[in-house]
Amino acid sequence: MSAQEVKTEGAKLTVKDFQTPHDIRWCPGCGDYSILAQMQRVSPDLNVAKENFVWVSGIGCSSRFPYYMDTYGFHGIHGRAPAIATGVKVARPDLSVWVATGDGDLLSIGGNHFIHACRRNVDLKILLFNNRIYGLTKGQFSPTSEKGKKTKSTPYGAIDHPFNPVAVALGVDTTFIARTMDRDAKHMQLMMNRAAAHKGTALIEVYQNCNIFNDGAYEHLTEKDQKPDTTVFLEHGKPLIFGKNKDKGIRLNGFTPAVVDLSSGQFTADDCWVHDEFDKSPVRATILSHFTEMEDFPVPFGIFRQTTKNTYDGDVQQQIDDITKSQGKGDLMKLFTSANTWEVK
Amino acid sequence: MEKDVQVLEDVTVRFAGDSGDGMQLTGSQFTNTTALAGNDLSTLPDYPAEIRAPAGTLYGVSGFQLHFSSSDIQTPGDSPDVLVAMNPAALKVNLRDLKKNATIIANENAFDSKNLKLAEYETNPLEDKSLEGYNVIPVPLTKLTHAALDGLTLSMKEKDRCKNFFALGLMFWLYSKPLEPTIEWIEEKFKKNETVKEANKRALHAGYGYGDTTEIFTTRYEVEPAKLTPGLYRNLSGNEAVALGLVAASHQAGIPLFLGSYPITPASDILHELSRYKNFGVKTVQAEDEIAGICVAIGASFSGSLAATTTSGPGLALKMEAVGLSVMTELPLVIVDVQRGGPSTGLPTKTEQADLFQAMYGRNGESPVCVLAASTPGDCFHMAVEASRLALKYMTPVILLTDGYLANGSEPWKIPAIEELPEMKVTFRTEKEGFFPYLRDENYARPWAIPGTPGLEHRIGGLEKANITGHVSYDTKNHDFMVRTRAKKVKHIENDIPDLEVRGEKSGDLLILGWGGTYGAITETVTRLLSKGYKLSQAHLKYLNPMPKNTGEVLKRFKQVLVPEINLGQLAYILRAEYLYPVESLTKVEGLPFKSSEIEEKIISMIGGK
Ligand code: SF4
Repeated sequence: MSAQEVKTEGAKLTVKDFQTPHDIRWCPGCGDYSILAQMQRVSPDLNVAKENFVWVSGIGCSSRFPYYMDTYGFHGIHGRAPAIATGVKVARPDLSVWVATGDGDLLSIGGNHFIHACRRNVDLKILLFNNRIYGLTKGQFSPTSEKGKKTKSTPYGAIDHPFNPVAVALGVDTTFIARTMDRDAKHMQLMMNRAAAHKGTALIEVYQNCNIFNDGAYEHLTEKDQKPDTTVFLEHGKPLIFGKNKDKGIRLNGFTPAVVDLSSGQFTADDCWVHDEFDKSPVRATILSHFTEMEDFPVPFGIFRQTTKNTYDGDVQQQIDDITKSQGKGDLMKLFTSANTWEVK
Repeated sequence: MEKDVQVLEDVTVRFAGDSGDGMQLTGSQFTNTTALAGNDLSTLPDYPAEIRAPAGTLYGVSGFQLHFSSSDIQTPGDSPDVLVAMNPAALKVNLRDLKKNATIIANENAFDSKNLKLAEYETNPLEDKSLEGYNVIPVPLTKLTHAALDGLTLSMKEKDRCKNFFALGLMFWLYSKPLEPTIEWIEEKFKKNETVKEANKRALHAGYGYGDTTEIFTTRYEVEPAKLTPGLYRNLSGNEAVALGLVAASHQAGIPLFLGSYPITPASDILHELSRYKNFGVKTVQAEDEIAGICVAIGASFSGSLAATTTSGPGLALKMEAVGLSVMTELPLVIVDVQRGGPSTGLPTKTEQADLFQAMYGRNGESPVCVLAASTPGDCFHMAVEASRLALKYMTPVILLTDGYLANGSEPWKIPAIEELPEMKVTFRTEKEGFFPYLRDENYARPWAIPGTPGLEHRIGGLEKANITGHVSYDTKNHDFMVRTRAKKVKHIENDIPDLEVRGEKSGDLLILGWGGTYGAITETVTRLLSKGYKLSQAHLKYLNPMPKNTGEVLKRFKQVLVPEINLGQLAYILRAEYLYPVESLTKVEGLPFKSSEIEEKIISMIGGK
């Protein structure tokens, strides 16, 4: 496929190269617009020829995404995007394969494909648009909806316990796990760039507002006045500090995290938990992933953990190359006659 | 002692024992040797769904039937001439299938009170005269095997396990076959375990020697080589044939083969085979489930591979939404369904032809796909090549139906020359000028423009497509047009497939029309009746959708048409609906192929005795 690695001729790619002329059909004000804009913004700088991008999606509002990216795109069926994308990437490791999906698509009907793509470490970049609701089917609770949520299908409140996507991804040893939000363009771009640079499955959970069916789900995290106290931005090698005045920190006592006050003089930044993106052990990232369920803890954004392991697509190709080298290129007639044969005269 | 040698035209033998007794292995060794000796042959493995059912039980019996002949044969034989029964349960389960006065070689050491009880025998059938009329030969197989292995450091259990080679050796003697191919096989298979290798070889020789020296056997038999069409042959099972066919198609198309699959009986062997062909560039993904199996294949097809998925009935049911996606996206895809007994989990290890409706109609919406069916184990090769050719040429999913009987059964296969394989070179679209994802060629096929091609970036998916541009379209008139166009495309394939051929008189009183794996039984029946002077004709459908253009006309040339099927009459239903012709249906759903006697009986009842 070497011929296809050649870049498109001419000038450097721009945002415009990734925009399609089609009308975008998301509701005005939907968080999806921001995700699309950031992706179009970072794409020209990813060092990938335009024709080598493939966007694959499932079903749901988020899964319309490929129609709006002027690359190769495949709008699949509900839940199956990771499987379709796996096929694309394994067949053609030279391509840069991205998945656009939502909480219903990836975590409910597609849960099995999600965990297995991550387990295999297929070199896919997965953008999970998590709006905690079914949008396209008009407002049923999703696997990430909070317990007790009243929706059309749960008039008396949802009984289900929600999924924690980051914890699930950590559980199957996903090699790149990050979280960002629709309202923080810069941070989202950073996460997209980092995911693109990662070799292996990269999951970015994007907190995305569905202003029609679940408006304000993340307001406390995205609004300027509350954001500093409700979120913590993870940076490699930096202590976990948050708060309007950078006056709160997170300490780790054994396996137990605690929010500490840095203004009282009892603790300083040096006492806080220092984030290690490349931690060999998944334990600390797992603790971080559960902050969302812990009262008084900020919601972490950034890269939870990044590790290296062989990619599935790479190993499939490697095995073929190795065996072809040791056995020689296959000869069809030899294959036909590889069993006992006899001649009839 | 001098023994008579009697020449026979054909023989059907069945090996039966516990599923742990190695009967499938014994059967396939006998098959290979017989094939190498130039006999025509056909096999029917029959094994329980449990991997190792409790020893000695009736439901744990595993069998392997082989029909070999000096003339052209079509089936594994209706009823065995010889049964090798390794224990009482094996005798009990198989007795009713045997020919009158068949030979029964029984391991008398296994007929102890425990095994007799497990087989629900009150008295020992080898002694109580209940087998009168059969030629019963009790052989102390276990004892003789142990004696032959005297001095080898093996446990009793390990020595016990060699008795199938003793039985095999004895059968080789009885049918005048050489030991060498099996010895070679043992050498290779057990090269890492000197003692086991030695033990199996000794058991094999001992069995052969026993036949030669004992006075029980006064006659040995010979079946001369068959007069097959000249050429180079090998023995081939249906599953192996599908695997080879797909590799051959990839070679002819000049694009890599990609298989997405999930283990399922009786289709898994195709996955196993293809997983070995790495140096042919074959990529196999054992997916997390059936749906993922087809979805990875669709992804590979989108990006330029010859993509296939292999499964059986329940798996096909799971895949159907994705089959619809490949109908909508008009991507080439080969879907192999090795049919088994259904519904639901059904009879996983037994054969059936009851997925025809599922293949034809089992999807939401108007969702036509091309449906093919293989007729013999060797034909699975040709139909896998054909399925690939049509998928690639018409940019469409093709379902290839085989069945458990074809998949596990085997026959001599004339190895084709590479030049005999059909032309199917693929060219991807690269020209930017005038490119539209759904602009069709003369065959209604849309262009295959794969990722990595500059300037042809486009999006496809499961939503309805606007004609030509391929953009999402909710326009109702466009939908009607596209539904009809997709149907027209599949129908158009009828111009690219052979006419339905009629064997015998081209018109007349009775046509026997079959499809898929019933070919052997029907052919054998028709051949026999023709030789007896009956007037009837035969035709076999390998293309179910579309059917050959002349199908309706062929039907109408006959006063009666009989359609034998291993289902409740699915093809008969389709023929009646499609051609308004009142075909007669013969059905059986016992998890086994037709016996030719069953078809014969029906035919006689239709046209009267002679
Ligand atoms: S329903 Fe919600 S998620 Fe879907 S497009 Fe509208 S705002 Fe966005």
